[in-house]
Amino acid sequence: MDSFFLICSLYLGLLMLLSLYRAIFGPTVLDRLVGVNAVGSKTTVLLLLIGFLYHRVDMFVDISLAYALLNFIAVLAASRYFQKRKGLHDELSEE
Amino acid sequence: MDLIVGFLILFGFLFFTGGAVGILRFPDFYSRLHPAGKLDTMGVLLSASALALYNLHPFSLANLLTSFKIVLIVIFVFLASPTATHAIVDAGMRAGLSPWKKGR
Repeated sequence: MDSFFLICSLYLGLLMLLSLYRAIFGPTVLDRLVGVNAVGSKTTVLLLLIGFLYHRVDMFVDISLAYALLNFIAVLAASRYFQKRKGLHDELSEE
Repeated sequence: MDLIVGFLILFGFLFFTGGAVGILRFPDFYSRLHPAGKLDTMGVLLSASALALYNLHPFSLANLLTSFKIVLIVIFVFLASPTATHAIVDAGMRAGLSPWKKGR
């Protein structure tokens, strides 16, 4: 079962790279925000898998919970910040 | 037991794959939010509940507490992910981004 978890973790890392493409090359700021949110929610599961690989789930489950909280707060704060900014319009008009 | 766990993890990863491909390939930002929401809720629900089930196997009180914490993560993601998605849509609407139309 350990090797199955290892393969799952590697595959999850590959999917995170795909979402990271959207976070880097997204046309608007909000596209980048969607990409970062997707990477964060995958990291929550990846931390649980790492806990099973190291046989320390009781420690890694707290880290995973803290990461889910942090991801939520970061996305909420960034979207509240960018709805008052003019940068969104500038980036859109350059297209 | 291992069969059920593997099945649930594979189903969750199917949702993760669909979400990642959808975020890459949908035409505009409003439609990209749809696979992002699916990825958050269904993928995390299936794979984290599979891990909670696998953790329960040598049954003890400490393992039960850890599984309960994993279920708490799932409940929190279920509350937080629609809120985050709605906040992003709200930011887009107030900034005046118009939705994508075909052939424009």
